[in-house]
Amino acid sequence: MTFLGMPTAPRGVGQLRQEAPFPVAAARALDDSQLRRNLRHATSTIRAKRAAAVAEVPDWAELRAAGAAIKDDVLAHLDRYLLQLEQQVTAHGGTVHWAGDANEANQIVTGLIRTTGQSSVVKVKSMATQEIGLNEALAAAGIEATETDLAELIVQLGHDRPSHILVPAIHRNRNQIRDIFLREMPDAPPNLSDEPAELAAAARAHLRRKFLAAQVAVSGANFAIAETGTLAVVESEGNGRMCLTLPRTLITVMGIEKILPAWRDLEVFLQLLPRSSTAERMNPYTSMWAGAVEGQDFHLVLLDNGRTATLADPRGRAALRCIRCSACLNVCPVYERTGGHAYGSVYPGPIGAVLSPQLTGVADNPDLPFASTLCGACYDACPVAIDIPAMLVHLRSRVVDDKVAHHRGPTPEAAAMRGLAWTMSDPRRWAWALRAGRAGRLLGRRYGRIRHLPGPLAAWTSSRDLPRPPRQTFRDWWASRDADGERENRS
Amino acid sequence: MSAREEMLARIRAATADIGGRPEVPRRYRPASRGPGSADEALVGLFEERASDYRATVRRCAAGEVARVIADAAAGRGAQRIGVPDGFPTEWSASLPGAVGPPLEIAALDALDGVVTTVAVAIAETGTIVLDTGPGQGSRAFSLVPDYHLAVVRTGQIVGAVPDAVAALDPARPLTWISGPSATSDIELSRVEGVHGPRTLDIVIVTD
Repeated sequence: MTFLGMPTAPRGVGQLRQEAPFPVAAARALDDSQLRRNLRHATSTIRAKRAAAVAEVPDWAELRAAGAAIKDDVLAHLDRYLLQLEQQVTAHGGTVHWAGDANEANQIVTGLIRTTGQSSVVKVKSMATQEIGLNEALAAAGIEATETDLAELIVQLGHDRPSHILVPAIHRNRNQIRDIFLREMPDAPPNLSDEPAELAAAARAHLRRKFLAAQVAVSGANFAIAETGTLAVVESEGNGRMCLTLPRTLITVMGIEKILPAWRDLEVFLQLLPRSSTAERMNPYTSMWAGAVEGQDFHLVLLDNGRTATLADPRGRAALRCIRCSACLNVCPVYERTGGHAYGSVYPGPIGAVLSPQLTGVADNPDLPFASTLCGACYDACPVAIDIPAMLVHLRSRVVDDKVAHHRGPTPEAAAMRGLAWTMSDPRRWAWALRAGRAGRLLGRRYGRIRHLPGPLAAWTSSRDLPRPPRQTFRDWWASRDADGERENRS
Repeated sequence: MSAREEMLARIRAATADIGGRPEVPRRYRPASRGPGSADEALVGLFEERASDYRATVRRCAAGEVARVIADAAAGRGAQRIGVPDGFPTEWSASLPGAVGPPLEIAALDALDGVVTTVAVAIAETGTIVLDTGPGQGSRAFSLVPDYHLAVVRTGQIVGAVPDAVAALDPARPLTWISGPSATSDIELSRVEGVHGPRTLDIVIVTD
């Protein structure tokens, strides 16, 4: 199934694609015991806190149902809401730009910064600008972008990539962070300890002059209200407030699905988001503004970059409900062990496994829908009730369909499945096949398990053992049991 | 075709199969405790929840505000305190080093702290919301100095998030503040005090 006329996120720009197949990248991550310790510590901490923050709200299920329905309404009438938002932002003195993909968005932002005559910008943590590779595009244009979120700063100074939606440096522990600061931050105190409070203070001192002198800021947005033109950024550290408030020019890059229809809808999302993401009753700071305020120049860039392609799949579009809380990452047994880098995209974990392949087209991220045990913990944790497991299964079938469409003749997998269907469609053939399977006992006689299958089947046992087939098949046992039973009845 | 027309056409094609308008089930707790409705229990809840996030909360009667503010600022060692337009003069009367607006960013950076009023306070989440109205100063005013003291009247305390959303004006610049600035970016352990004011004091005045 392809969606004709719906361009996906372009290749060669941004960060949405796997560099290595997931199994290869995951194996690399699993070999890093420090990474696994850091991840286990961080995800178990946030899981416990989130459970408590959610349990405190008596109407969580009702908020979740409302959140899902509001987002579905947004998606169903996205054209109307975008036009309404554009009209409202413009009426409040802002300028709205439309970017069909990452390249267009990067060009628009670069052009806007050049118009100001500035060669440096401060940035608020933003998934959309990570997704489109804005920092790299700005660097190519000679514009220096400074990340001001503490975790993003750690990632930027460490010449690293983010590995979590909320806490991009979750793969680093305090020791590693101190080492990065001492190495990369010229003004870091030489006797800096690894106490988180001291590390945060060093970042404060490092960034403060930049904030106070900044003329241009680039941000993302958590919500945009179509009805009123109000934008909202939810944060903790105050770097968001600094960037949104002090510079003369503010450029906000926002995925088109971030819209909420009405001002009132914030009453739902300002309860769902903080408790799901940082596990707080409310995050320390939320800034809201409608258009150009307090003498600022304001530009809003509306980004598609594969979102309309995602919207076109009736069984995949609910991924666009996502509010980037990252609760699904923290509960995922796969994410907890591999970390975010293995997914290749800025959107890791369960939501990344359904979002990234849709934004890029499944051919460019074919492993991600399989990077899951389908345990369903992500669905339970999702504050907007995205049925990620069902979507993963759907995307797996899209990956297979795509492979079949681009493969000359049947793929080995398709041939095997066809053979299996032929065998299973006839009881005699199936009974014969099961008996033939007992030959596998030979492979398992040494360890009591089969550790390596021969030939193309070896892929199955590369990461797992197979049980040794029993002496007797179930069907044979059942038949003999019936015969014994009848003998007993007769006697 | 412009990017705008192209995106809109794609959206219309992508959503052509969706019919009707889905009903949004709003069975969650609605707004019910707006401004002016706070009783002792709600004020107590706000005090408890704001303290949970390391804001220091004091309560006093209307006649004591000037003294309580001056004591709080002195307790923080804050000498030069910014006082915004519209802040009740009887409340700032006892501040020795009061500095009035307008203040540029560099001047704000030289202050020890600021006092402001608020637009709304939310009991359930321990949040104060500023909308740059009288007594609150600009957004930068309550951001750049390292110490922020906010005066909340009990009549401004509402029950929960829906009450605050209903009471606020979406056209104004809004800053929702829950405790001092904080980060959990290092091993997900919470550290108070990053870029915003590292100290937040709240004074609740009984109306």
